Amino acid sequence: MTRLVSALAPWLFAASLVLAWQAACLGLHVPAYFLPTPSAVAAAFVQNLGPLALSAGRTLAMALEALLAAALFAGVLALMVSLSRTLDRAIRPLAVALQVTPVVAIAPLVVIWAGVDHPDRSIVALAAVVAFFPIFSGAARGLSAPDPDLERLFRLYGANPLQTLLRLRLPSALPFIVEGAKVASGLAIIGAVVAEFVAGSGGAQGLAWRILEAGNRLETAKMFAAILALALMAAGVHLAFQTLERRALTWWRGR
Amino acid sequence: MSGSVASLSAVEVAYPGRGVALGPFDLALAPGEIVALVGPSGCGKSTALRLLAGLEQPTSGTVTRTPGRGETSVVFQSPTLAPWLTAEANVALPLELAGVARNAARARAREALGRVGLGQATAARPAQLSGGMAMRAALARALVTAPRLLLLDEPFAALDEITRRTLADDLLALWVQTQPAIVFVTHNVEEAVYMASRVIVMSAGPGRSAGETAITAPVPRPAAFRTSGAFRDAAETVSAQLAAAMAPRAGAAT
Repeated sequence: MTRLVSALAPWLFAASLVLAWQAACLGLHVPAYFLPTPSAVAAAFVQNLGPLALSAGRTLAMALEALLAAALFAGVLALMVSLSRTLDRAIRPLAVALQVTPVVAIAPLVVIWAGVDHPDRSIVALAAVVAFFPIFSGAARGLSAPDPDLERLFRLYGANPLQTLLRLRLPSALPFIVEGAKVASGLAIIGAVVAEFVAGSGGAQGLAWRILEAGNRLETAKMFAAILALALMAAGVHLAFQTLERRALTWWRGR
Repeated sequence: MSGSVASLSAVEVAYPGRGVALGPFDLALAPGEIVALVGPSGCGKSTALRLLAGLEQPTSGTVTRTPGRGETSVVFQSPTLAPWLTAEANVALPLELAGVARNAARARAREALGRVGLGQATAARPAQLSGGMAMRAALARALVTAPRLLLLDEPFAALDEITRRTLADDLLALWVQTQPAIVFVTHNVEEAVYMASRVIVMSAGPGRSAGETAITAPVPRPAAFRTSGAFRDAAETVSAQLAAAMAPRAGAAT
């Protein structure tokens, strides 16, 4: 009984919130442009399913492109940093500086570099900047922190640097890299949406543009529908990466 | 020293900020000898072991090592197996790193796992092995290269009493096959007396030799050795040396 209640808890809670929302809108005569009823949002979602799916696909593609670019760049830099303490000291402060600078602040600059006519390029670049750090710091930590006794054994066996990298450091780093990629996947979506707000939507036609467009027309139900689509997409990506992480860790640990 | 597999003469090891950890300390290891280092925590036992392995350099003094590359093996307190590799791949690792072809290395690894009684577990991952089995796999990895010098740093400390007695007997039985020189570090006086041909007691702060006891019983030990008068006498001698080695330290602490 208690198990059933605890399994249903999130659904019951969400359902009661939606009901309260619906009741409040109807009972208090809230204007639809201010807060549409859940049923209106659902209707808008279903009516715009095609365009929303298209835009979600655009945002998802840009976020994944950004994630890939960030992973490549972060992987190479983490490798350099793990091989040399001097390079670590040289590169890390800049990486941290990039991490703490709000992406919105550098967006106008990136828009100039990518070209005003190519908002998709700016969006991918900006999302990649946001996704870079978790992968970099995870990979750098993992690559430089294998089991010290295993490291001693590799030295004892006379392993060369390449053998140590491929057979010890990289496999030791795998859990850290996967964890970094999971965090980065969420950030890449946030980055893609924020970047689309700033980098002039329209051209890219992602979900951020749907939200802005609906907002400009005071079609608040459509706005909610776009936010709902975004949340569903982000949750899907999170779930996918969580599964990937669990699979990878199960393989790595051997159980 | 001539004829020894490895030796430490007047070695001292000091760590910045922590003072002298070891020394001056001397140890000459004859071929096929089994030496136990016994002492309180922080007496530099593990440091001495790392010097013998060539994993660390002394601050002063001389370390002489005759084993070439791949002729020294180390077993740590934890099995230190790579979790992402099967038992077979873990054991084959030293050979593969030395350039032995994969198939040949794997075959020798399976053979070594068989010798430690893990012939059925070659495909298992470390996480699927019990503590004792994982330590056997670590032993197999140490023996697969047929080392001339085998160094064990509290190898059985994390295991239960029954398992550690079985492993001690197994290790001595394996020693008979290739007779490497063995140095092992332990906290356990009975384990030291049971396994070693020479027990060296070390005192802490900094680590020095505080007594040596020769154990003359044949290896592998006869079944009655553990309950014999010789065993009891040796254990009492070593215990007394250990108590004396720890006394000044306890006095200094109060």
